[in-house]
Amino acid sequence: MLCERCGKNDATVHYTEIVQGQKTVYHLCESCAREKGEETYKAMAGAFAFNQLWSGLLNFDNSLPQVANSPEPACETCGMTFSQFTKIGRFGCPDCYETFAARLEPLLKRIQSSDHHTGKVPKRQGGSISVKRELGKLKQEMQLSIMEERFEEAARLRDRIRYLEQQLGSQE
Amino acid sequence: MNNYLSQASSKWLREDGPESDIVISSRIRLARNISDRPFTTLATDINQAQVLNAMQGAIQTPELAKMGPFDMLFMRELNDVGKQVLVEKHLISPALKESHNAAVVIRPDEEISIMVNEEDHLRIQCMLPGNQLDKAYELADQIDDALESNMDYAFDEEKGYLTACPTNVGTGLRASLMMHLPALVLTGQINRILTAVTQVGLAVRGIYGEGSDALGNLFQISNQVTLGHSEQDIIGNLEGVALQIIEHERAARQYLMRESKETIEDRICRSFGILAYARQMDSKEAMQRLSDVRLGIDLGIIKGVSAGILKELMVATQPGFLQQQYGSEMNPGLRDVKRAALIRERLRMDEANN
Repeated sequence: MLCERCGKNDATVHYTEIVQGQKTVYHLCESCAREKGEETYKAMAGAFAFNQLWSGLLNFDNSLPQVANSPEPACETCGMTFSQFTKIGRFGCPDCYETFAARLEPLLKRIQSSDHHTGKVPKRQGGSISVKRELGKLKQEMQLSIMEERFEEAARLRDRIRYLEQQLGSQE
Repeated sequence: MNNYLSQASSKWLREDGPESDIVISSRIRLARNISDRPFTTLATDINQAQVLNAMQGAIQTPELAKMGPFDMLFMRELNDVGKQVLVEKHLISPALKESHNAAVVIRPDEEISIMVNEEDHLRIQCMLPGNQLDKAYELADQIDDALESNMDYAFDEEKGYLTACPTNVGTGLRASLMMHLPALVLTGQINRILTAVTQVGLAVRGIYGEGSDALGNLFQISNQVTLGHSEQDIIGNLEGVALQIIEHERAARQYLMRESKETIEDRICRSFGILAYARQMDSKEAMQRLSDVRLGIDLGIIKGVSAGILKELMVATQPGFLQQQYGSEMNPGLRDVKRAALIRERLRMDEANN
Protein backbone atom coordinates (compact mmCIF):
# COMPACT_ATOMS: atom_id res chain seq x y z
CA MET A 1 0.00 0.00 0.00
CA LEU A 2 1.27 3.45 -0.89
CA CYS A 3 1.16 6.42 1.45
CA GLU A 4 -2.18 8.15 0.91
CA ARG A 5 -0.64 11.53 1.44
CA CYS A 6 2.39 11.67 -0.84
CA GLY A 7 1.56 8.61 -2.93
CA LYS A 8 5.28 7.82 -3.36
CA ASN A 9 6.53 5.76 -0.41
CA ASP A 10 5.14 2.64 1.16
CA ALA A 11 2.63 3.27 3.91
CA THR A 12 4.22 1.90 7.07
CA VAL A 13 2.31 3.90 9.68
CA HIS A 14 -1.37 3.13 10.20
CA TYR A 15 -3.18 5.17 12.75
CA THR A 16 -6.68 6.04 13.86
CA GLU A 17 -7.69 9.52 14.86
CA ILE A 18 -10.91 10.26 16.74
CA VAL A 19 -11.88 13.92 16.81
CA GLN A 20 -15.23 14.78 18.41
CA GLY A 21 -16.54 11.29 17.74
CA GLN A 22 -15.42 11.29 14.08
CA LYS A 23 -13.17 8.33 13.38
CA THR A 24 -10.57 8.59 10.62
CA VAL A 25 -7.99 5.96 9.66
CA TYR A 26 -4.72 7.07 8.06
CA HIS A 27 -2.14 5.05 6.10
CA LEU A 28 1.04 7.07 5.80
CA CYS A 29 4.75 6.73 5.08
CA GLU A 30 7.14 7.58 7.87
CA SER A 31 8.00 11.12 6.81
CA CYS A 32 4.39 12.10 6.14
CA ALA A 33 3.39 10.65 9.50
CA ARG A 34 5.97 12.78 11.24
CA GLU A 35 4.67 15.94 9.52
CA LYS A 36 1.11 15.02 10.25
CA GLY A 37 2.01 14.38 13.86
CA GLU A 38 3.60 17.79 14.23
CA GLU A 39 0.54 19.48 12.72
CA THR A 40 -1.77 17.67 15.08
CA TYR A 41 0.44 18.48 18.00
CA LYS A 42 0.51 22.18 17.09
CA ALA A 43 -3.22 22.33 16.62
CA MET A 44 -3.73 20.73 20.01
CA ALA A 45 -1.08 22.71 21.84
CA GLY A 46 -2.90 25.99 21.19
CA ALA A 47 -6.13 24.89 22.74
CA PHE A 48 -4.49 22.88 25.46
CA ALA A 49 -3.10 25.52 27.75
CA PHE A 50 -6.17 26.66 29.61
CA ASN A 51 -9.19 24.75 28.42
CA GLN A 52 -7.82 21.27 28.92
CA LEU A 53 -6.75 22.08 32.43
CA TRP A 54 -10.13 23.59 33.01
CA SER A 55 -12.09 20.57 31.85
CA GLY A 56 -9.71 18.41 33.85
CA LEU A 57 -10.61 20.32 36.98
CA LEU A 58 -14.30 20.04 36.25
CA ASN A 59 -14.38 16.38 35.31
CA PHE A 60 -12.62 15.60 38.53
CA ASP A 61 -16.05 15.76 40.09
CA ASN A 62 -18.47 13.24 38.59
CA SER A 63 -20.95 13.16 41.40
CA LEU A 64 -23.61 14.64 39.13
CA PRO A 65 -24.28 11.99 36.51
CA GLN A 66 -25.41 13.06 33.06
CA VAL A 67 -28.82 11.73 32.13
CA ALA A 68 -28.43 10.17 28.72
CA ASN A 69 -30.29 11.79 25.82
CA SER A 70 -31.97 14.45 27.92
CA PRO A 71 -31.15 17.96 26.74
CA GLU A 72 -28.53 19.61 28.87
CA PRO A 73 -29.89 22.29 31.18
CA ALA A 74 -29.06 25.78 29.97
CA CYS A 75 -28.99 29.19 31.64
CA GLU A 76 -32.44 30.73 31.14
CA THR A 77 -31.03 34.20 30.73
CA CYS A 78 -28.23 33.69 28.22
CA GLY A 79 -28.67 30.10 27.01
CA MET A 80 -25.22 28.88 27.94
CA THR A 81 -24.87 25.21 28.91
CA PHE A 82 -22.41 23.84 31.43
CA SER A 83 -20.46 21.91 28.81
CA GLN A 84 -20.08 25.11 26.79
CA PHE A 85 -18.71 26.72 29.94
CA THR A 86 -16.18 23.94 30.45
CA LYS A 87 -14.96 24.45 26.90
CA ILE A 88 -14.44 28.23 27.01
CA GLY A 89 -13.89 28.64 30.74
CA ARG A 90 -16.14 31.67 30.97
CA PHE A 91 -19.77 32.17 31.87
CA GLY A 92 -22.26 33.90 29.59
CA CYS A 93 -23.97 36.18 32.11
CA PRO A 94 -24.15 36.90 35.86
CA ASP A 95 -27.16 34.54 36.23
CA CYS A 96 -25.00 31.55 35.20
CA TYR A 97 -23.56 31.58 38.73
CA GLU A 98 -27.06 30.83 40.06
CA THR A 99 -28.00 28.38 37.28
CA PHE A 100 -24.88 26.25 37.70
CA ALA A 101 -24.44 26.79 41.45
CA ALA A 102 -24.43 23.07 42.31
CA ARG A 103 -21.74 22.21 39.78
CA LEU A 104 -19.74 25.32 40.50
CA GLU A 105 -19.42 24.69 44.23
CA PRO A 106 -16.78 21.91 44.09
CA LEU A 107 -14.88 23.86 41.44
CA LEU A 108 -14.77 27.02 43.53
CA LYS A 109 -13.52 25.03 46.50
CA ARG A 110 -10.61 23.80 44.40
CA ILE A 111 -9.59 27.03 42.68
CA GLN A 112 -10.52 29.48 45.44
CA SER A 113 -9.94 29.38 49.17
CA SER A 114 -13.65 29.26 50.02
CA ASP A 115 -17.00 29.73 48.29
CA HIS A 116 -18.02 32.75 50.31
CA HIS A 117 -17.15 36.38 49.60
CA THR A 118 -15.84 38.27 52.62
CA GLY A 119 -14.40 41.32 50.87
CA LYS A 120 -15.75 44.61 49.64
CA VAL A 121 -19.47 45.25 49.24
CA PRO A 122 -20.64 47.91 46.76
CA LYS A 123 -21.44 51.05 48.75
CA ARG A 124 -24.74 52.14 47.20
CA GLN A 125 -26.15 48.81 45.99
CA GLY A 126 -25.07 46.67 48.92
CA GLY A 127 -26.34 48.94 51.72
CA SER A 128 -27.97 46.26 53.86
CA ILE A 129 -25.36 43.57 53.19
CA SER A 130 -22.72 45.15 55.39
CA VAL A 131 -25.28 45.58 58.19
CA LYS A 132 -26.22 41.89 57.88
CA ARG A 133 -22.54 40.94 58.05
CA GLU A 134 -22.02 42.99 61.18
CA LEU A 135 -25.10 41.38 62.71
CA GLY A 136 -23.68 37.92 62.08
CA LYS A 137 -20.43 38.90 63.73
CA LEU A 138 -22.13 40.49 66.75
CA LYS A 139 -24.32 37.43 67.31
CA GLN A 140 -21.24 35.20 67.43
CA GLU A 141 -19.60 37.55 69.88
CA MET A 142 -22.71 37.57 72.02
CA GLN A 143 -22.83 33.76 72.17
CA LEU A 144 -19.18 33.72 73.19
CA SER A 145 -19.66 36.26 75.96
CA ILE A 146 -22.66 34.32 77.31
CA MET A 147 -20.62 31.11 77.37
CA GLU A 148 -17.82 32.89 79.19
CA GLU A 149 -20.35 34.42 81.55
CA ARG A 150 -19.53 38.01 80.62
CA PHE A 151 -23.16 39.05 80.90
CA GLU A 152 -22.69 42.79 80.96
CA GLU A 153 -20.97 42.66 77.59
CA ALA A 154 -23.60 40.25 76.26
CA ALA A 155 -26.32 42.71 77.19
CA ARG A 156 -24.49 45.52 75.44
CA LEU A 157 -24.14 43.37 72.31
CA ARG A 158 -27.82 42.38 72.50
CA ASP A 159 -28.85 46.05 72.49
CA ARG A 160 -26.63 46.77 69.51
CA ILE A 161 -28.08 43.75 67.65
CA ARG A 162 -31.64 44.93 68.35
CA TYR A 163 -30.79 48.40 67.10
CA LEU A 164 -29.30 47.06 63.85
CA GLU A 165 -32.21 44.66 63.31
CA GLN A 166 -34.66 47.52 63.69
CA GLN A 167 -32.70 49.53 61.13
CA LEU A 168 -32.74 46.63 58.70
CA GLY A 169 -36.48 46.19 59.24
CA SER A 170 -37.24 49.82 58.50
CA GLN A 171 -35.17 49.66 55.30
CA GLU A 172 -37.05 46.71 53.94
CA MET B 1 -4.08 61.40 22.56
CA ASN B 2 -0.58 61.41 21.16
CA ASN B 3 0.65 61.92 24.70
CA TYR B 4 -0.38 58.40 25.58
CA LEU B 5 1.78 57.06 22.81
CA SER B 6 4.90 58.94 23.88
CA GLN B 7 7.02 57.48 26.56
CA ALA B 8 7.47 60.10 29.25
CA SER B 9 3.83 60.18 30.29
CA SER B 10 3.61 57.11 32.55
CA LYS B 11 4.20 58.02 36.15
CA TRP B 12 5.44 54.53 37.03
CA LEU B 13 8.08 54.86 34.32
CA ARG B 14 9.12 58.39 35.26
CA GLU B 15 9.26 58.25 39.04
CA ASP B 16 10.60 56.03 41.79
CA GLY B 17 8.76 54.64 44.81
CA PRO B 18 9.53 52.72 48.01
CA GLU B 19 11.97 49.81 47.55
CA SER B 20 12.32 50.68 43.90
CA ASP B 21 15.80 49.16 43.86
CA ILE B 22 13.92 45.85 43.59
CA VAL B 23 10.21 46.51 43.11
CA ILE B 24 9.69 48.20 39.74
CA SER B 25 5.95 48.70 39.99
CA SER B 26 2.77 47.81 41.89
CA ARG B 27 -0.44 47.09 40.08
CA ILE B 28 -4.04 46.55 41.21
CA ARG B 29 -6.75 45.26 38.92
CA LEU B 30 -10.46 45.10 39.80
CA ALA B 31 -12.81 43.15 37.51
CA ARG B 32 -16.37 44.50 37.42
CA ASN B 33 -19.47 43.78 35.35
CA ILE B 34 -22.66 45.72 34.86
CA SER B 35 -25.73 43.85 36.16
CA ASP B 36 -28.38 42.25 33.93
CA ARG B 37 -26.18 42.12 30.84
CA PRO B 38 -24.42 39.22 29.17
CA PHE B 39 -20.67 39.05 29.80
CA THR B 40 -18.41 40.01 26.91
CA THR B 41 -18.15 36.36 25.78
CA LEU B 42 -21.80 36.33 24.65
CA ALA B 43 -22.34 40.07 24.18
CA THR B 44 -23.66 41.25 20.83
CA ASP B 45 -22.34 44.40 19.16
CA ILE B 46 -25.35 46.23 20.61
CA ASN B 47 -24.62 44.94 24.15
CA GLN B 48 -21.02 46.04 23.82
CA ALA B 49 -22.04 49.47 22.52
CA GLN B 50 -24.28 49.84 25.58
CA VAL B 51 -21.34 49.13 27.88
CA LEU B 52 -19.22 51.68 25.99
CA ASN B 53 -22.03 54.24 26.33
CA ALA B 54 -22.39 53.54 30.04
CA MET B 55 -18.67 54.16 30.50
CA GLN B 56 -18.73 57.31 28.41
CA GLY B 57 -21.54 58.60 30.60
CA ALA B 58 -19.72 57.56 33.79
CA ILE B 59 -16.60 59.63 33.13
CA GLN B 60 -18.80 62.73 32.97
CA THR B 61 -20.52 62.16 36.33
CA PRO B 62 -19.29 64.47 39.12
CA GLU B 63 -18.11 61.47 41.20
CA LEU B 64 -15.67 60.31 38.55
CA ALA B 65 -14.92 63.70 36.97
CA LYS B 66 -13.41 64.96 40.22
CA MET B 67 -10.78 62.19 40.02
CA GLY B 68 -10.05 62.96 36.39
CA PRO B 69 -9.70 64.29 33.78
CA PHE B 70 -10.08 61.09 31.79
CA ASP B 71 -9.75 60.34 28.11
CA MET B 72 -11.45 57.46 26.35
CA LEU B 73 -9.56 55.77 23.50
CA PHE B 74 -11.48 53.41 21.20
CA MET B 75 -9.59 50.42 19.84
CA ARG B 76 -11.19 50.76 16.40
CA GLU B 77 -9.77 54.30 16.10
CA LEU B 78 -6.19 53.31 16.90
CA ASN B 79 -3.71 51.81 14.46
CA ASP B 80 -1.78 48.63 15.23
CA VAL B 81 1.36 50.41 16.36
CA GLY B 82 -0.63 52.68 18.68
CA LYS B 83 -2.37 49.72 20.29
CA GLN B 84 0.94 47.90 20.64
CA VAL B 85 2.42 50.89 22.47
CA LEU B 86 -0.49 50.85 24.96
CA VAL B 87 0.19 47.15 25.59
CA GLU B 88 3.90 47.79 26.10
CA LYS B 89 3.10 50.48 28.65
CA HIS B 90 0.80 47.98 30.43
CA LEU B 91 -2.19 50.29 29.94
CA ILE B 92 -4.17 47.61 28.10
CA SER B 93 -3.95 43.82 27.83
CA PRO B 94 -2.93 42.08 24.59
CA ALA B 95 -6.50 40.67 24.43
CA LEU B 96 -8.09 44.12 24.42
CA LYS B 97 -6.43 45.26 21.21
CA GLU B 98 -8.02 42.40 19.28
CA SER B 99 -11.56 43.54 20.00
CA HIS B 100 -13.01 46.31 17.84
CA ASN B 101 -15.74 47.08 20.37
CA ALA B 102 -13.25 47.69 23.15
CA ALA B 103 -11.97 50.94 24.62
CA VAL B 104 -9.74 52.17 27.41
CA VAL B 105 -10.25 55.11 29.75
CA ILE B 106 -6.96 56.66 30.83
CA ARG B 107 -5.95 59.48 33.16
CA PRO B 108 -3.08 61.59 31.77
CA ASP B 109 -0.65 60.53 34.54
CA GLU B 110 -1.41 56.93 33.46
CA GLU B 111 -1.81 55.79 37.06
CA ILE B 112 -5.36 54.78 36.23
CA SER B 113 -6.70 52.94 33.22
CA ILE B 114 -10.08 51.28 32.83
CA MET B 115 -10.42 48.68 30.09
CA VAL B 116 -13.93 48.42 28.66
CA ASN B 117 -15.28 45.22 27.05
CA GLU B 118 -12.30 43.07 27.92
CA GLU B 119 -13.16 39.62 29.34
CA ASP B 120 -15.20 41.55 31.92
CA HIS B 121 -17.16 44.72 31.13
CA LEU B 122 -14.80 46.85 33.18
CA ARG B 123 -11.31 46.28 34.42
CA ILE B 124 -10.03 49.04 36.65
CA GLN B 125 -6.23 49.16 36.79
CA CYS B 126 -3.94 51.26 38.92
CA MET B 127 -0.19 51.17 38.49
CA LEU B 128 2.32 52.97 40.70
CA PRO B 129 6.14 52.93 40.81
CA GLY B 130 7.89 50.89 43.53
CA ASN B 131 6.29 48.94 46.32
CA GLN B 132 2.98 50.66 47.07
CA LEU B 133 0.18 48.16 46.62
CA ASP B 134 -1.84 49.74 49.43
CA LYS B 135 -1.84 53.11 47.73
CA ALA B 136 -2.68 51.56 44.37
CA TYR B 137 -5.60 49.70 45.95
CA GLU B 138 -6.83 52.86 47.65
CA LEU B 139 -6.92 54.55 44.26
CA ALA B 140 -8.68 51.64 42.53
CA ASP B 141 -11.16 51.47 45.42
CA GLN B 142 -12.05 55.17 44.96
CA ILE B 143 -12.54 54.73 41.21
CA ASP B 144 -14.68 51.68 41.93
CA ASP B 145 -16.88 53.63 44.39
CA ALA B 146 -17.19 56.52 41.95
CA LEU B 147 -18.30 54.18 39.15
CA GLU B 148 -20.72 52.30 41.38
CA SER B 149 -22.45 55.49 42.52
CA ASN B 150 -24.14 55.64 39.09
CA MET B 151 -23.92 52.07 37.83
CA ASP B 152 -25.37 48.76 39.03
CA TYR B 153 -22.75 46.04 39.29
CA ALA B 154 -23.31 42.31 38.96
CA PHE B 155 -22.88 41.52 42.66
CA ASP B 156 -24.05 38.60 44.74
CA GLU B 157 -24.13 38.61 48.52
CA GLU B 158 -22.51 35.21 48.74
CA LYS B 159 -20.28 35.10 45.66
CA GLY B 160 -19.27 38.76 45.63
CA TYR B 161 -18.50 40.55 42.38
CA LEU B 162 -19.53 38.23 39.54
CA THR B 163 -16.96 37.89 36.77
CA ALA B 164 -16.94 36.07 33.44
CA CYS B 165 -14.34 33.60 34.70
CA PRO B 166 -14.76 32.01 38.16
CA THR B 167 -11.04 32.45 38.78
CA ASN B 168 -11.75 36.16 39.37
CA VAL B 169 -15.07 35.96 41.24
CA GLY B 170 -15.40 37.45 44.73
CA THR B 171 -13.19 40.46 45.07
CA GLY B 172 -12.30 40.57 41.36
CA LEU B 173 -8.91 41.66 42.66
CA ARG B 174 -5.58 40.86 41.10
CA ALA B 175 -2.69 42.52 42.91
CA SER B 176 0.75 42.21 41.38
CA LEU B 177 4.31 43.37 41.87
CA MET B 178 6.94 43.60 39.15
CA MET B 179 10.28 42.71 40.72
CA HIS B 180 13.88 42.85 39.47
CA LEU B 181 15.70 39.84 40.94
CA PRO B 182 19.09 39.54 39.21
CA ALA B 183 21.08 38.31 42.22
CA LEU B 184 18.62 35.50 42.98
CA VAL B 185 18.97 34.39 39.35
CA LEU B 186 22.78 34.66 39.37
CA THR B 187 23.11 32.71 42.60
CA GLY B 188 20.72 30.03 41.34
CA GLN B 189 18.23 30.47 44.16
CA ILE B 190 15.41 31.73 41.98
CA ASN B 191 13.72 28.40 41.21
CA ARG B 192 13.59 27.42 44.85
CA ILE B 193 11.99 30.74 45.72
CA LEU B 194 9.53 30.66 42.83
CA THR B 195 8.38 27.18 43.85
CA ALA B 196 7.89 28.32 47.42
CA VAL B 197 5.88 31.31 46.25
CA THR B 198 3.46 29.17 44.26
CA GLN B 199 2.90 26.97 47.29
CA VAL B 200 1.40 29.84 49.27
CA GLY B 201 -1.29 30.55 46.70
CA LEU B 202 0.56 33.14 44.65
CA ALA B 203 1.37 33.04 40.96
CA VAL B 204 4.71 34.05 39.53
CA ARG B 205 5.82 34.51 35.97
CA GLY B 206 8.50 36.26 33.96
CA ILE B 207 7.40 39.60 32.54
CA TYR B 208 9.16 38.74 29.31
CA GLY B 209 9.83 35.01 28.98
CA GLU B 210 9.24 32.26 31.50
CA GLY B 211 10.78 30.68 34.59
CA SER B 212 14.44 31.26 35.29
CA ASP B 213 14.87 32.37 31.66
CA ALA B 214 12.79 35.46 32.41
CA LEU B 215 14.28 38.21 30.26
CA GLY B 216 15.83 41.06 32.19
CA ASN B 217 15.36 39.09 35.42
CA LEU B 218 11.95 40.69 35.79
CA PHE B 219 9.23 38.71 37.57
CA GLN B 220 5.60 39.37 38.28
CA ILE B 221 4.16 38.03 41.51
CA SER B 222 0.40 38.09 41.98
CA ASN B 223 -2.44 36.57 44.01
CA GLN B 224 -4.39 33.65 42.56
CA VAL B 225 -7.25 33.37 44.98
CA THR B 226 -9.93 36.07 44.70
CA LEU B 227 -12.78 34.58 46.74
CA GLY B 228 -12.88 34.01 50.48
CA HIS B 229 -10.34 36.61 51.58
CA SER B 230 -10.83 40.32 52.00
CA GLU B 231 -8.96 42.73 49.72
CA GLN B 232 -6.76 43.76 52.65
CA ASP B 233 -5.84 40.13 53.41
CA ILE B 234 -4.98 39.41 49.78
CA ILE B 235 -2.74 42.46 49.55
CA GLY B 236 -1.23 41.85 52.98
CA ASN B 237 -0.37 38.26 52.07
CA LEU B 238 1.30 39.29 48.82
CA GLU B 239 3.11 42.11 50.57
CA GLY B 240 4.45 39.76 53.24
CA VAL B 241 5.87 37.35 50.67
CA ALA B 242 7.29 40.22 48.63
CA LEU B 243 9.17 41.61 51.64
CA GLN B 244 10.81 38.22 52.17
CA ILE B 245 11.83 38.04 48.52
CA ILE B 246 13.27 41.56 48.77
CA GLU B 247 15.33 40.49 51.78
CA HIS B 248 16.62 37.40 49.96
CA GLU B 249 17.52 39.46 46.89
CA ARG B 250 19.40 42.02 49.02
CA ALA B 251 21.25 39.23 50.84
CA ALA B 252 22.16 37.60 47.50
CA ARG B 253 23.48 40.93 46.20
CA GLN B 254 25.70 41.30 49.26
CA TYR B 255 26.88 37.74 48.88
CA LEU B 256 27.86 38.37 45.26
CA MET B 257 29.80 41.50 46.20
CA ARG B 258 31.58 39.67 49.01
CA GLU B 259 32.36 36.38 47.31
CA SER B 260 32.83 37.24 43.66
CA LYS B 261 33.33 40.96 43.39
CA GLU B 262 35.61 40.85 40.32
CA THR B 263 33.33 38.54 38.38
CA ILE B 264 30.23 40.58 39.06
CA GLU B 265 32.01 43.88 38.36
CA ASP B 266 33.32 42.50 35.11
CA ARG B 267 29.87 41.30 34.06
CA ILE B 268 28.24 44.62 34.85
CA CYS B 269 30.92 46.83 33.25
CA ARG B 270 31.09 44.57 30.19
CA SER B 271 27.35 44.95 29.71
CA PHE B 272 27.61 48.69 30.16
CA GLY B 273 30.37 48.86 27.54
CA ILE B 274 28.34 46.85 25.06
CA LEU B 275 25.22 48.97 25.56
CA ALA B 276 27.28 52.15 25.18
CA TYR B 277 28.95 51.11 21.92
CA ALA B 278 27.06 48.30 20.18
CA ARG B 279 25.54 49.01 16.78
CA GLN B 280 23.05 46.11 16.71
CA MET B 281 21.08 44.90 19.70
CA ASP B 282 18.25 42.37 19.75
CA SER B 283 15.62 42.73 22.45
CA LYS B 284 16.73 39.64 24.36
CA GLU B 285 20.31 40.87 24.74
CA ALA B 286 19.12 44.40 25.49
CA MET B 287 17.01 43.19 28.41
CA GLN B 288 19.85 41.14 29.88
CA ARG B 289 22.44 43.94 29.55
CA LEU B 290 20.04 46.53 30.95
CA SER B 291 19.37 44.26 33.91
CA ASP B 292 23.15 44.00 34.53
CA VAL B 293 23.56 47.77 34.33
CA ARG B 294 20.66 48.35 36.68
CA LEU B 295 22.23 45.93 39.17
CA GLY B 296 25.50 47.83 38.75
CA ILE B 297 23.75 51.10 39.61
CA ASP B 298 22.13 49.56 42.71
CA LEU B 299 25.49 48.13 43.86
CA GLY B 300 27.27 51.45 43.32
CA ILE B 301 29.53 50.00 40.62
CA ILE B 302 28.13 52.25 37.90
CA LYS B 303 27.68 55.90 38.77
CA GLY B 304 26.14 58.76 36.84
CA VAL B 305 23.42 56.71 35.18
CA SER B 306 19.86 57.12 36.45
CA ALA B 307 18.34 54.01 38.04
CA GLY B 308 15.16 54.39 36.01
CA ILE B 309 17.07 53.35 32.90
CA LEU B 310 16.01 49.71 33.07
CA LYS B 311 12.26 50.25 33.11
CA GLU B 312 12.49 53.23 30.79
CA LEU B 313 14.46 51.39 28.13
CA MET B 314 12.77 48.04 28.60
CA VAL B 315 9.57 49.75 27.44
CA ALA B 316 11.16 52.13 24.92
CA THR B 317 13.02 49.33 23.11
CA GLN B 318 9.92 47.17 22.54
CA PRO B 319 8.86 46.75 18.89
CA GLY B 320 5.76 48.98 19.15
CA PHE B 321 7.63 51.88 20.69
CA LEU B 322 10.47 51.67 18.17
CA GLN B 323 8.01 51.74 15.29
CA GLN B 324 6.12 54.59 16.88
CA GLN B 325 9.31 56.60 17.18
CA TYR B 326 10.97 55.80 13.87
CA GLY B 327 7.83 55.40 11.81
CA SER B 328 6.81 52.72 9.31
CA GLU B 329 7.01 48.98 9.70
CA MET B 330 10.57 47.97 10.37
CA ASN B 331 12.13 44.59 9.74
CA PRO B 332 13.83 43.01 12.77
CA GLY B 333 17.31 43.83 11.42
CA LEU B 334 16.62 47.53 11.21
CA ARG B 335 14.88 47.37 14.57
CA ASP B 336 18.07 46.02 16.17
CA VAL B 337 20.05 48.93 14.69
CA LYS B 338 17.54 51.50 15.94
CA ARG B 339 17.36 49.82 19.35
CA ALA B 340 21.14 50.00 19.75
CA ALA B 341 21.09 53.68 18.70
CA LEU B 342 18.32 54.52 21.16
CA ILE B 343 20.18 52.88 24.06
CA ARG B 344 23.48 54.65 23.18
CA GLU B 345 21.69 57.97 23.00
CA ARG B 346 19.96 57.43 26.33
CA LEU B 347 23.25 56.53 28.08
CA ARG B 348 24.98 59.62 26.65
CA MET B 349 22.12 61.75 27.94
CA ASP B 350 22.90 60.78 31.53
CA GLU B 351 26.63 61.33 30.98
CA ALA B 352 25.99 64.83 29.68
CA ASN B 353 23.85 65.64 32.68
CA ASN B 354 26.56 64.71 35.16
